[in-house]
Amino acid sequence: MTDPLLYLDGVSVSFDGFKALNNLSLMIDPGELRAIIGPNGAGKTTMMDVITGKTRPDHGTVMFEGNTDLTKLKESTIANLGIGRKFQRPTVFEHHTVLDNLELALKNPRGVFSGLFYKVSEEDRKRIEELLDITKLSPKRDVVAGGLAHGEKQWLEIGMLLAQDPKLLLVDEPVAGMTDAETEQTAHLLRAISGKHSVIVVEHDMVFVRELGVKVTVLHEGSMLAEGSLDTVSANQQVIDVYLGR
Amino acid sequence: MLTRFLLAGLDTKAWVLLSVLAVLAVAVPFMALAVPPTSPWSLSMLTVTLLGKYFCYALLALSLDLVWGYCGILSLGHGAFFALGGYAMGMYLMRQIGSRGVYGNAELPDFMVFLNWKELPWYWHGFDMFPFAALMVVLIPGVLAFAFGWFAFRSRVTGVYLSIITQAMTFALLLAFFRNDMGFGGNNGLTDFKEILGYDIQAPATRAGLFVATVVALAIGYILASAVVSSKYGKVLVAVRDAESRVRFLGYDVEKVKLFAWTLSACMAGVAGALYVPQVGIINPSEFSPAASIEAVIWVAVGGRGTLAGAVLGAVIVNYGKTWFTGVLPEVWLFALGGLFVLVTLFLPKGILGLAGDLRQRLAARRSRAAAGSNAAKEATAP
Repeated sequence: MTDPLLYLDGVSVSFDGFKALNNLSLMIDPGELRAIIGPNGAGKTTMMDVITGKTRPDHGTVMFEGNTDLTKLKESTIANLGIGRKFQRPTVFEHHTVLDNLELALKNPRGVFSGLFYKVSEEDRKRIEELLDITKLSPKRDVVAGGLAHGEKQWLEIGMLLAQDPKLLLVDEPVAGMTDAETEQTAHLLRAISGKHSVIVVEHDMVFVRELGVKVTVLHEGSMLAEGSLDTVSANQQVIDVYLGR
Repeated sequence: MLTRFLLAGLDTKAWVLLSVLAVLAVAVPFMALAVPPTSPWSLSMLTVTLLGKYFCYALLALSLDLVWGYCGILSLGHGAFFALGGYAMGMYLMRQIGSRGVYGNAELPDFMVFLNWKELPWYWHGFDMFPFAALMVVLIPGVLAFAFGWFAFRSRVTGVYLSIITQAMTFALLLAFFRNDMGFGGNNGLTDFKEILGYDIQAPATRAGLFVATVVALAIGYILASAVVSSKYGKVLVAVRDAESRVRFLGYDVEKVKLFAWTLSACMAGVAGALYVPQVGIINPSEFSPAASIEAVIWVAVGGRGTLAGAVLGAVIVNYGKTWFTGVLPEVWLFALGGLFVLVTLFLPKGILGLAGDLRQRLAARRSRAAAGSNAAKEATAP
């Protein structure tokens, strides 16, 4: 058995007495694509906040690659360890071109002075071309990101995450507001990414989760309710009661 | 590497501006010193000083634009860094007076003799040497900005809250410098300067020299700022302005990104203040007043936030307006300034330079539409 890439152990977070996460434990293997579903307020976004360092848990540990406790580190350090995050609302740099967005995300030294004296290398240029191909944004390379369609922004953001070359990708509701065709393409994109990278997808859209066809974790009131294939969890009476049945 | 870094940032606008500055650096001293006063081409010393003052303000506006226009940090206290640079220079100029003061004390400035002080406070030591004073001109604003930024950015204070603290910072300094026992001349500040680097500060040649120094400083500041904003670091700055948390999750240390621009900007403002003081002949606590800092924000807004040339243009235009208005209709000036700010915010969110860009685009669009129209007409008439 391989060691898990990410291991959440007994994580609890409360805001003003409200338990957003309640003794949550979760394991993600290297290269795994995992879908996380759950009703509103189940703690999906809080879980992502804890993993990426935005929120500090009250209890519990988050071990990355077996020996790094993420709960003690700040966002930028965690990002540089190899954890990328996609927001629910597409968040790209609206005043920069598609090309610049990708260039900023490329895995290069992040310091002020390396930024001042940075020059695009041949290798970087090739990598950017690759990413433009994967995200199908090649024709829009010189367009300012603010002028992209909603779906294109989502892909650009995924492209930026790939540019970071993370070991683990956290993707928050990637298909919200997308057309069916875009949704299908996004599922395809995420499946292509996993294998080389571990991916956690938080999603409401059941059609999309079915499309992904991967192991599903159901969250409810900050804890794990069920885990397994979509068919298994769909058959679980508790899951039906709190979520699917409504 | 450094030359490449510095030159890479210069676009057409920059070259135009730098050429204008180069012409002024030659023409203004020539017209003031060599052209006989009877000629219509002659410039009075007053005009030279006034122009020098405008360009000091332009350098301040440039430094403010670097943090506000590119990094989204609206500083309402940049006048503090300007004033601190000015005080550092003022202290040097005070020490140069020597025994020519009213009390003839070679060691102590007049105001200290007046306050019955027996010896020079420790923090005045070294300011009799120009290189030391010049170093302090950048170091003091730089260190203050670094310390301020270190705490403010680390605690994730942003937006309006940060603006309010910058305002509080300059106000606190205003109150502190008003106090006589601070040792900076209190209410009256530092004035009555005699010479700078051994040259009579009132002499036309010195005044012309100070003007040229100001223009050169502005040009260097401009080249430096262009290099910074056009580098990858500059793109990160804009990214922080537009989507701070995205930048953080990409692995950039946003605090350090902000801190660098903020400190650099404060140093530039300090230099502007240091050049301002010998030209206007006085530095007093009013330079710390919140209103002065807010005025600088208006210059940048009018010229075009986020365009370096706009900041320079805005500072010069608004201050020319101020000179003109306070001469003709002094009581109207503040209303005009307020009205200008409201108008610019409502109708010209990108300032004068942004308006020029929009007009050019609209003209180009109309031209291409007209061309398309005539093509369509041709096709329609073709069989």
